[in-house]
Parts: sequence; structure tokens; C-alpha cells
Amino acid sequence: MRPTIQFRRILSDGLLYFLLIIVCIFMILPFFWMLSTSLKPEAEIFRIPPVIISENSNLDAYRELIFNRGILKIVWNTFFIASASTILRLFFCSLAGYGFAKFKFPGRGGLFAFLLGTMVIPFSVLMVPLFILMLKFGWINTFYALIIPGAASAFGIFFMRQYISTINDELMDAARIDGATEFGIYWRVIIPIIAPGLTSLGLIFFMGTWNDYLWPLINLRSPDLFTLPLAIRQMIQATLGRPVFHMQMATSVISIIPLLIIFLVFQRRFVEGITAGAIRG
Amino acid sequence: MSITSEIALPSSKVKGISPNPRRNLWKEFRQSRWAYVFISPFFIFWLVFGLYPFLYSIVLSFTNRGLGPNVEFIGLANYALLFKDKLFWKSMTNGAILFVMYVPAMTFLALVLAVVLNSKRIRGFRIFRTVIFMPFIMNMIAAGFTFQLMFNERYGIVNNFLSVFHIPPIPWLESEWGARVSLCLLVVWAWLGYNMVIMLAGLQTIPAELTEAAMIDGASPAQAFLRITIPLMRPVILFSVVLSTMGSFNLFGELVSLFSTTGGEGPLNSTITPLLAIFNQTFTNSRFGYASSMAYVYFGIVFLLTLFQVRYFGGRVD
Repeated sequence: MRPTIQFRRILSDGLLYFLLIIVCIFMILPFFWMLSTSLKPEAEIFRIPPVIISENSNLDAYRELIFNRGILKIVWNTFFIASASTILRLFFCSLAGYGFAKFKFPGRGGLFAFLLGTMVIPFSVLMVPLFILMLKFGWINTFYALIIPGAASAFGIFFMRQYISTINDELMDAARIDGATEFGIYWRVIIPIIAPGLTSLGLIFFMGTWNDYLWPLINLRSPDLFTLPLAIRQMIQATLGRPVFHMQMATSVISIIPLLIIFLVFQRRFVEGITAGAIRG
Repeated sequence: MSITSEIALPSSKVKGISPNPRRNLWKEFRQSRWAYVFISPFFIFWLVFGLYPFLYSIVLSFTNRGLGPNVEFIGLANYALLFKDKLFWKSMTNGAILFVMYVPAMTFLALVLAVVLNSKRIRGFRIFRTVIFMPFIMNMIAAGFTFQLMFNERYGIVNNFLSVFHIPPIPWLESEWGARVSLCLLVVWAWLGYNMVIMLAGLQTIPAELTEAAMIDGASPAQAFLRITIPLMRPVILFSVVLSTMGSFNLFGELVSLFSTTGGEGPLNSTITPLLAIFNQTFTNSRFGYASSMAYVYFGIVFLLTLFQVRYFGGRVD
């Protein structure tokens, strides 16, 4: 009896590893293909059968992007917009999350429920009026349009309220007795404690803004203000007809490297931010 | 202001019944002024950039607003027009078709992967988890163009790989169903890891003894998975399905990159989604009023669909 059980176990384990490896190849292939294409001389991209890794691999596309296409400015734009909007959102969400978690006030339950209800509104409903609003404010083709309107995130409040409500009230009371102001308590007591939560939420916000395509597309007109996803698409419009695939892939590689590093370093916090809504909600 | 009132502030409840309720409410407001100070920055922004656009959109949908200065209320005319708009309904059915094509398969695969990678028996489970989740960080423009390259009918690596097995080249991006299949593959590639991670977190809330006990009682792993894991994971599965439902009507970046030659609409409009249709009406045709009515009808239908899912599949198991 025993040997058969063991044999079956080895067989089923073998099947599982086989499944996992197939899935992993599927996951890695686009990353690999993107990198390999970005290094190919343009002529080799359209060879049959496809060249897996070119013997003539070079960094020409990256050199062209850096020295002639101002890609560093694009990277800076993307970084600036993503950082500024993340910091602003984290501030608003943690402040309001603190208000909802640690104070009882008339209208608290109703306001919070209403806020959660608005999480189901899809962006497509807000898109037209927000665009008209940006026109009225004169924010089209400025970074304001990309930083300010996103500051109020209902998901962020929800996340922060959950996180802050686990903090012991005595810490705040002790600070009050020591004469701390209410804002001082938020700034010096609450913020240090919720730093891991802020990191988790911040990573989600940062990634979302860094990768966003639709809202920058609506608002940005001058190519020197573009963010990375817009620049990737631009590589197809710059030359009429055929896209410049090696340049496009090089821009894509540049767009994912910072996030890849952040993700590998902060993997745990990252996953925490993603799962918070699903499990507690 | 005395120190005692400050200390009582955070969790102060009104004790007893006051003879003058109005004065009492005012006192409550005054006592919790800091709470209002803390939540107000958020709410000011939320009113301007969240609630106001949401309500303004309704008003817009009853007008003929475009880029011009003449704006008139035209009643339900937009909605009447929308009812006969074939492209809009095509975009809605496309969303539904995509949903049927990938959501059940992806959800099931994510759950299976989560269960497999939750058992520490698999060597290198952390590396597998990381690799499967990795696509989630890539922006959809980069991913879409990479897939376009890989699925190219002549030069693409996919068709060249298939030709090894003597499969004739498939026009992935040029035929209706080829386009849908390659789009589904892109979406599954991007979101499988995300759903797996959510399910993994859900699995960690289920005590391992439950399935172990069942297996000792003679249940096979497959039975334990079907009878214990799936019912207990129902809320998490529902969350993942609801998000995927909204997602399949909301594709945009994936489309304009993967099908860049047709502006994202795909061959014979086979991949146009409501979001893309609304975008085109707004920014190509400048019909703001009409686009708003589209957005509202779309929102209403998806909202009802979500409610239906929650109502019929969300019942808690006891």
C-alpha cells in the first residue's frame, strides 16, 4: 500500500510542478520578449523565424531615447506626478481615516457609508464632467490635472480607518495629557505607528498613477509633459504607419524597471495593500 | 479650555438625556470639531472632484452639450438615441462576451494556484508566487504592444511556435475571435497573479485543520477542495468575480495598444468596450451630453449586474 501512495504523490507533485512551470513561462515570456526586442537591431525584429536573442544585441534604442528623445524628462514627469499625487492622497486619507477611526461625531456612520457607496462609481461616469471641470480650471496640459483631482480616494479612507482603529486609545490620551495639540497627536503619534500601512497604501497609489494611461491622455497635450505610458504609445504615432518596435520596447522596459525594483524590495507591503480591501471588505 | 474636556474628547458620548436636545447637538458638534477639521480636506476635494462630477453627469445627459456655446436641454433625446445606438450595445455585448470568455477560467485557475502555493510542500513556492504576480506591475500600454508583437500573424513568436506543430498561421489580431482570444490572454496574463494573491490571503483565514480532518476521514484532495475550500472561500471568490466583471467592461489601455491599428476597436468592432465608446464620443466627436447618457446607462447595467452577483452568489455559508 505504502509504495503506491508515495508513487501517486510523486506523480501528482510532478503534475503540479508541470502546471506551475507552464504558468510561469507564460508570465515571463512577455517580459523576456520585450527586453530582447528592445536590444535587437530594427531589421531583425521582422525576421522569420523570430530571432530569440540577437547576436547583434545593442543599446542603440536606449541611447537614442536618452540623447535624442528626452526620455529622462519623461521618466521625471512620471515620477514627479506619481510621487506628488501619492503624498497628497496619503495625507488626506490618513487624516480623514484618523477622524473616522478615533472620533465619534454626529453623522459619522452616515458619511462613511455614503463614501463607501461611491466606490462603485466607475471612472467612465466621471470622465466627461471632470474633463469639463479641468477645462474650466485651465488645468488642461498641466500637472495639476493629474495630481489634484485624484487626491480624494474612498478606498484610501477605508484602508486607513481600518488600520488606525487598531491603535490603542491610551497612546493618544497620554499625548493629550502631555499637552500635545490635536494635529500634533496625528503628526507625532499616529503617523509613526501607521508608517507600514502608509507604505502599503502608498505603493498601490504610486503604481496606479505611474501606470495610468487614460487620464494623462485626456489632459496632457505637449509631448514634453508626457508620462511613460503616453510616450510608449507615441513611438507608434511618431513615424507614420509602422511602429518603431525596438524603441517602443525600450521605452516599455524603462517604464517597468522602477516598479519592478520597488515591487521586489517591498513585496510584502505591496501584497498587504492589495489584499486589505478584499479580505476585510 | 480645561484639560479634562480635552481628555474626554475622543470617545465622549453624551451621557443621559439632556432637557434641551438642540443645545446638546451643538455641544456635540463643538466637542468633535477636531474630527470635522480632520475629515474636511478630504471631503472638500471629494465634493469637487467626486460628487459634483457624478451629479453633473446626470444634468449633462439631458443636454446637447458639445464644445460649442449653445447648450439646450433636450429631455430624454440622448437616451432615445442611445437605445438605437448599435455600436453602444455592441460594446456592452463585447463586455459580456469577454466576461464569459475569461472570468470563470481565470478565477478557477487563480484559486487552484492559490491552493497549490498555499501548501508549503511545493519547493520554491515564494518564487512561483512572485513570478505569477509580476505582470500586475506592468502598465497596459507596454503589455499591449508586447502582445501585439508576439501575436503578429507573420513575425509573431506565437504563430512561429505553433508552426512547429504544423498549425497554419492564425490571424490573432485581424479576426474577430482571434482578437478576443488574444485580448483575453493579455487580461489573464495581467490579472491572474492579482487574483491569486487575493485568494491566498483568503485561504490564510481558513484553518488548515478543516481540510486535513476531511482528508483523514477519507476525502480525496479534490473532494476537500470542492466541498470545503470553495464554500469557505465564497466571499473572496465573489470579490474577485465582481472586480473582474467591472474590469471586462472597462478595458481601455489594453485595447488601444494591442489593436493600435484600429484605434482599439478591433476587427469589426469586436473588442470595443463601453469605456472606449464613451471616450470616442467625448474626445473624437465632442458629444459631451450624449457620452454622459452612455456612461449612465452603462453604469446602471453594470451596477445591476454586480448587485445580482452579490445577491445570488454572496450568501454566507454557515
